[in-house]
Amino acid sequence: MHKAGESGAGPAGWASSSMLLEVIGLTTEFRMPGGTIVANRNVSLSVERGKTLGIVGESGSGKSVFCRSILQLITSPPGYIVGGEVWFDGQDLLKLSEAEMQRIRGTEIAMVFQDPMTSLNPVWRIGDQVTEGPRVHEGLNGKQARERAVQLLRQVGIPSPEQRIQEYPHRLSGGMRQRVMIAMAIAARTKLLLADEPTTALDVTIQDQILALMLQLQEQVGMSIILVSHDMGIVAETSDRVAVMYAGEVMEQAPTEDVFRRPLHPYTLGLLHSIPRMEGKTERLIPIEGQPPNPLRLPKGCPFAERCPVATPDCAETPIRLREVEPDHYTACLYPERVSA
Amino acid sequence: MTETVLEVHNLSKVFDLPRPFLEAVRMRPAQKLAAVDGVSLKIERRETLGLVGESGCGKTTLGRCIIRLYRPTEGRIVFEGEDITHKSPVEMQPIRRRMQVVFQDPYSSLNPRMTVRQTIIEVLRFHKICSPEEREAHLKNLLDMVGLSYEAANKFPRSFSGGQRQRIGLARSLAVRPTFLVADEPVSALDVSIQAQILNLLADLRAELGLTMLFIAHELSVVKHVSTRVAVMYLGEIVETGTTEEVFEESQHPYTQGLLSALPRPVPVRRHRQAALEGDIPSPLNMPSGCRFHPRCPIAQDICRTQTPPRRQLSQTHQLLCHLRPIPDWSGPTV
Repeated sequence: MHKAGESGAGPAGWASSSMLLEVIGLTTEFRMPGGTIVANRNVSLSVERGKTLGIVGESGSGKSVFCRSILQLITSPPGYIVGGEVWFDGQDLLKLSEAEMQRIRGTEIAMVFQDPMTSLNPVWRIGDQVTEGPRVHEGLNGKQARERAVQLLRQVGIPSPEQRIQEYPHRLSGGMRQRVMIAMAIAARTKLLLADEPTTALDVTIQDQILALMLQLQEQVGMSIILVSHDMGIVAETSDRVAVMYAGEVMEQAPTEDVFRRPLHPYTLGLLHSIPRMEGKTERLIPIEGQPPNPLRLPKGCPFAERCPVATPDCAETPIRLREVEPDHYTACLYPERVSA
Repeated sequence: MTETVLEVHNLSKVFDLPRPFLEAVRMRPAQKLAAVDGVSLKIERRETLGLVGESGCGKTTLGRCIIRLYRPTEGRIVFEGEDITHKSPVEMQPIRRRMQVVFQDPYSSLNPRMTVRQTIIEVLRFHKICSPEEREAHLKNLLDMVGLSYEAANKFPRSFSGGQRQRIGLARSLAVRPTFLVADEPVSALDVSIQAQILNLLADLRAELGLTMLFIAHELSVVKHVSTRVAVMYLGEIVETGTTEEVFEESQHPYTQGLLSALPRPVPVRRHRQAALEGDIPSPLNMPSGCRFHPRCPIAQDICRTQTPPRRQLSQTHQLLCHLRPIPDWSGPTV
């Protein structure tokens, strides 16, 4: 019953040359006293050069672990990357030494976190933090570094950058701190920006500014972005492709347009029905019943089966695999034909 | 027939900021922060007023003044015909049987050392809601109402997820059979699939119990979904208020319009190239002159920088705080 195009090793049919990142079968687990939590199970995702991949999912779906696994920022113990390949620009990052990985972090791949205060060093001046990368990697002297810092802060829209480089992070608002984080990311001529809920702590008008900034910079420098968010709206408006994650697995993956216009997984549809809409009047929301599964006691088959309105008894028994059921549209659902908006 | 449940007149809340020790010793006056500044509003029976705004706009402070967790600095609060502005905590006790609050954080608003049964029975006992024999039946009924099983009664908050804790919080608030509920960001901490469950529950309870609600939130889509009327706050003031349709479909204030276009929508259109509103939200310690919104307003004129904007009435329900709107060729009614 598996259709052609199904592949355990990453979505086939993508021209590999245009890919900047290709993650194949990544599995990351956390060995806790109470048992092993598989936070990412056989995750295969790719990002094209200059494009944005949106990863959407609720808390505990494994989307942050995915980003951290790419950079090998998993604290070990208890976390272990136990399988898979992470092909970045022609090399498998999982095969690199820690020193080689260190060179890639913060230069070719940079990460922006949800809370900019905890990811900035409170006792370093902003100018010094922004240019840490270029000073180490390009050997800039003090004057050059200062000029670069001013130019970078200007590029991310921070007013009066000449003064700002002398200040400490606590003097900045949340939005401005996130701009500094983005400045650090582009300082090193990053190829891939991992943005993990970059605007979740911000107000809606500031979020709007940061998203606009990220996309403008993407156009200027041509970097790829992985944007992780719990907000379907953010993903819809910023991403070229969307992956929907649940309980550590990718449920659906397709060009943004297809995921939103014609979801082929009941979970994706459930998420879309759960959000109050701004257009027209929603009389009643259709929530997803039940709770996310306990990560220590996942079923053998589909982790969503228990809450799924169209599940059959074999759903909880049959291990899931992403398969291409429509051109370039991948779903892990056994019965995508039952998903109807 | 309408009956006014809550009336707020010209309410202000000014906080004294903590001073450095030496400043205090020298008896220097504390710096003042006006979190809520001259707010008036009215809520009719069975209405849900949505109060929306970004962080620091004063929406939570306003809510806390209304339920009298804070003492207002100025103005008047009338609840069901009774002036409660200056009531002492003891005098507030019987009134709290009719007005209750649900908080945002379902993790810190429940006592971790009390089981669900203890948490709810305490409320029943304190407010003398029923005889001791009836308590257990009451508890069962409440849990059922918020969609929790009776077995939940023996558990501690730690064994529940965020959504379930919010249900417990709701059961506790409803235990006294209130007529008026202040919900302060009740779903902001929840995942969307759970958020929808709680929003539906709130809608059911409102219909079933005939609740009047003040619903405070920063998510526009949630506010639109639950509210019959909406007030938009910015830096301590209500800048626009009207029916849900008036505020969301016919908004006139540049701030409301900015908020609406800043909101990402789950529709696959690459829209995000230009931000709707520039600039940061100013500090309330350094309030802009004239119209408080002028530094970020895309249409600001000289008058906005110097003069306080007038409050204009566009319809019976639609009010606006702006010099420049409604636009000159506004065809709607102006009072």
